[in-house]
Amino acid sequence: MYTEIVMDHFTNPRNVGEIENADGMGEVGNVKCGDIMRIYLRINADEIIEDIKFKTFGCGSAIAASSIATVIVKGKAVKEALQLTNKQVVDALGGLPAVKVHCSVLAEQALKAAIFDYAKKFGKEYPELEGFDPDADDDHHDLIEEIGEF
Amino acid sequence: MRLVYMDYSATTPVKEEVLQEMLPYFTEKFGNASSIYSTGRQAKHDMDAARKRIADHLHCVPEELYFTSGGSEADNWAIKGIAKARKSKGNHIITSKIEHHAVLHVCETLEKEGFDVTYLDVDEKGLVDPKAVEAAITDQTILITIMYINNEIGTIEPIVEIGEIAKKHQIIFHTDAVQALGNLRIDLSELPVDLMTFSAHKVYGPKGVGALYVRKGIRIPNLIEGGAQERRRRAGTENVAGIVGFAKAVEIAYDQFDEHVERLVSLREKLIEGLIAAIPDTRVSGDRDQRHPGNVHVCFKYIEGESILLSLDMVGIAGSSGSACTSGSLDPSHVLMAIGLGHDIAHGSLRLTIGDFTTEDDIDYILEQLPPIIDRLRRMSPLYEEAKGAK
Ligand SMILES: Cc1ncc(COP(=O)(O)O)c(C=O)c1O
Ligand code: FES
Repeated sequence: MYTEIVMDHFTNPRNVGEIENADGMGEVGNVKCGDIMRIYLRINADEIIEDIKFKTFGCGSAIAASSIATVIVKGKAVKEALQLTNKQVVDALGGLPAVKVHCSVLAEQALKAAIFDYAKKFGKEYPELEGFDPDADDDHHDLIEEIGEF
Repeated sequence: MRLVYMDYSATTPVKEEVLQEMLPYFTEKFGNASSIYSTGRQAKHDMDAARKRIADHLHCVPEELYFTSGGSEADNWAIKGIAKARKSKGNHIITSKIEHHAVLHVCETLEKEGFDVTYLDVDEKGLVDPKAVEAAITDQTILITIMYINNEIGTIEPIVEIGEIAKKHQIIFHTDAVQALGNLRIDLSELPVDLMTFSAHKVYGPKGVGALYVRKGIRIPNLIEGGAQERRRRAGTENVAGIVGFAKAVEIAYDQFDEHVERLVSLREKLIEGLIAAIPDTRVSGDRDQRHPGNVHVCFKYIEGESILLSLDMVGIAGSSGSACTSGSLDPSHVLMAIGLGHDIAHGSLRLTIGDFTTEDDIDYILEQLPPIIDRLRRMSPLYEEAKGAK
């Protein structure tokens, strides 16, 4: 069901943990639909993501998506990191089953939320964040059908 | 790698003796049970003998058993059949919120056709209250359908009390006994049940075979129309190999019944107690006594079921979960919701079901492998850190 890359990132997730006094912290999802993803950022004066950590309460894909998203943006400029899409996350994982694509959306959203927090704290403005609402409870679980029961 | 199958409530392997008894019916004894020449007659004879073998163990008359393609068909047939047959008497059906989808989805379909369905609540252990059943009865009630054992949390429902209530009010009572067959003694000469659903693949028989028991005197219209098989009640060339295998499986189950139950219960308790002792914040679901002998259902706080299943699979352990991420829908399983578990607790649900091939060693292996898996996942969880911080 999952690619080797997904299983690798699930088994050996990169950048798990927290950053104390992080420059940005974002959390998305909620307990109602199950998943929660939290991302911590350390950003330097040149607006480069020096360090990034995550914690995730969710399925295997959610953990793998968080892990690979942190790998993709670590060392990148904030502006570049804001370009990250869930499609990139899915591609980097070698694909996800259709019912699991929403877990990658969570990774994109968590990163945006963390940058949003950073921008607020440090008085930065990014056009990419216009209209972004870190508390929006978007229903990333729709598009899914129930599977069998036994 | 070591393989430990812990999903016997999903399906069971076919026992060797069962397979051996089935094999000739694929080759030399392949005849169609409706044919008049000898191979056909032989098939018919063995099939009817199989019906009698099962009936003897369930204490009913062979003619009260109709073979079907499995539990789902039997549930569909029973419920749609009674609804149709009794439409002139009323349009109300009583069931519970924790039935299998083969019951619930049929009820939902009937609602669209104008029937009223009461979905009874269950308590936090998953028990249906017989008093609530009685209170739900109206002069329109034509059918009560409550399962014998819940497939997810293993709770055994008080079907004797419910059946007595149905009888008193002259309402038909159906029960889905798919998980009960082979795990509880079933005496249909005593039980106040009018229709009962069975499936072979949960008792070490083949998949795709089941039966519906219909008490003498009760008529339901056909679900599958066509040829005159099953005394004109269920069309389709009979799955003779499957039916013979089903009979053998039921025989083995009841010949070794006491041993089977004793062994399973002992392994079950060892696993449950071991998990509670080794893993903090473990919550056992269902009723500790009125429970399927092989059912272990627990929720581990702060983590999600699919990630537990994947981690278990990597060490060769096969289990299942009712979490939202495994159901593929927004919600955790309807059973976990019905027993009142919050989304966060239900998210970390794990069902491990024990069967006849499970060993003491397997349980030890699980107790060795699972705690570090839970610990690893909890360390990744933002909820765990919060909960620990709060303590
Ligand atoms: C309680 C219950 N009812 C019905 C079924 C369906 O039976 P089958 O798979 O034979 O259609 C199952 C198992 O899948 C079950 O556990
Ligand atoms: S986190 Fe729920 S399906 Fe991925």
